[in-house]
Amino acid sequence: MLLEVEGLCVNYGHIEAIRDISFGVEEGQVVSLIGANGAGKTTTLKTISGLRTVRAGRVVFEGKDITTLPPYERVALRLSQSPEGRGVFVGMTVRENLDMGAYVRNDRKSAAYREDLERVFSLFPRLQERERQVAGTLSGGEQQMVAMGRALMARPRLLLLDEPSMGLAPKLIQQIFAIIREINEQGTTVLVVEQNAAQALKLADTAHILETGEIVRSGSGAELAGDDSVKAAYLGGDV
Amino acid sequence: MDFSFLANNIVELTVTGLALGAIYALVALGYTMVYGVLQLINFAHSEVFMYGTFAVAWVFVFVHGRTPSTQTLGETIGLLLLSLVAAMVVSALIAMLLERVAYRPLLKRKAPRLMALISAIGASFALAELMGLRDRVAGWVGLRDDLDAYVAKARDTYSNPVTIQPQTLFEVGGYGVKDVDVMVILASLFMMLALDQFVRRTRFGRGMRAVAQDPESAALMGVNSTRIIRGTFILGGLMAGAAATLYMVKIGSTRQDAGFILGVKAFTAAVLGGIGNLRGALVGGLLLGVSENYGAALFGTEWKDVVAFVLLILILLVRPSGLLGESLGKARA
Repeated sequence: MLLEVEGLCVNYGHIEAIRDISFGVEEGQVVSLIGANGAGKTTTLKTISGLRTVRAGRVVFEGKDITTLPPYERVALRLSQSPEGRGVFVGMTVRENLDMGAYVRNDRKSAAYREDLERVFSLFPRLQERERQVAGTLSGGEQQMVAMGRALMARPRLLLLDEPSMGLAPKLIQQIFAIIREINEQGTTVLVVEQNAAQALKLADTAHILETGEIVRSGSGAELAGDDSVKAAYLGGDV
Repeated sequence: MDFSFLANNIVELTVTGLALGAIYALVALGYTMVYGVLQLINFAHSEVFMYGTFAVAWVFVFVHGRTPSTQTLGETIGLLLLSLVAAMVVSALIAMLLERVAYRPLLKRKAPRLMALISAIGASFALAELMGLRDRVAGWVGLRDDLDAYVAKARDTYSNPVTIQPQTLFEVGGYGVKDVDVMVILASLFMMLALDQFVRRTRFGRGMRAVAQDPESAALMGVNSTRIIRGTFILGGLMAGAAATLYMVKIGSTRQDAGFILGVKAFTAAVLGGIGNLRGALVGGLLLGVSENYGAALFGTEWKDVVAFVLLILILLVRPSGLLGESLGKARA
């Protein structure tokens, strides 16, 4: 198991954001967390990347307990996240953003670095065209590409994606999901949080449905996508 | 209003104004950088500067003793370099101490920004008074007599034993431009250029810009913001130390409250140029220094500060985010 989450509880003040969340991510898989706004998906992801502190539970990455590790040390373990709302550095160029992704690596002049940059550019040819452009002037879809490419520059073993489809046009959403599949096929394990349940289930090996801070259903992506109650609640009856 | 006086002395007023403004700008960098990464005004930065001025004076006294003396050009340059290093080290240490004692514990406990502001003002008073009571402090550790040259009359103005006599370097429009002013301006510009390049080109600088733009994303990139914040205080301290050296060359004396007015002016310069913006600090500092001089010439010296602050208000009315008005993070090549 690459990542194990055990009995995770996180509070915001007195409000329980997530309660007793447990699941695992196998090497090579795509795992999706789906659910409505406020169900606790983003909190779960932020707890895994270290931006939120737990009240109870453990996060284990590659057999190592990282529950209390600060976020900047988790990146060095090759666990990287593309945050909700993209979080690109709007005053930096596309290239500078990608360089920030490799901040922990310290090998900016090496061939390996160049290779990873090429890989990001081949996944997102748009970013190569815009290499010298300031990220704040990019479209939402392009910023999403920057955020994902930046996370890839840390050479993650596990890539966390928070709402990659948020605010994007349907055509672009399909494109982004195709790229996520490609990233996975190249060998990166992916944990993706999505409100767009249809796309997320299509992509997922395993999926979990969150409601008010708890996992209420788990199963393979195909299984959940075919389930009538899931269809009614999350897919608008139309996959 | 005395327009003819202004017109007749325009070169002198401009040159000395630029020199003073360059010192403001160097100190302003400390305010602006800390604001950039923390969105917080470090009101104790004035004391970081003030301790630097004492470091300079103490080096002078250490080398020359308390009695006024003269020296050769070579000795002057050596002395200046030595005091520059001393002031930068002392100021950086004070800045580091401030971050450790007055800020980090509060930020760790997620205290509101207002608390950090109060703790900064408190730290500022404490540091200033500590300098004003240094004779007592020396007494506690039994060194009052040994350190007499450094701590006697702790609340009086403390002067360099050697005053550097300004020499005319070249003439413009009938006014002999002084070497001291030229040195102050050039040295400040050099320091700012070095800092600008440091922030732009180094890994630390990239981390700093990332924290300034989006602390959460920066953490996700592996940036340790505690380390960046400490480094930012140190950088501000180094600049304030350099400013302190130039100030002591130009003014020649200091006191435990010397940081206050200069700090307010430097803060004004930072706001004028756009707080959070490194180049804004330069523009704001120079503009403030020159307009103060012009204002003093027009209305009389006692109106100097009034002119400076009225200017600030007028500019902020038109451009609320300052002249260059973008954040540290957004400042780029």
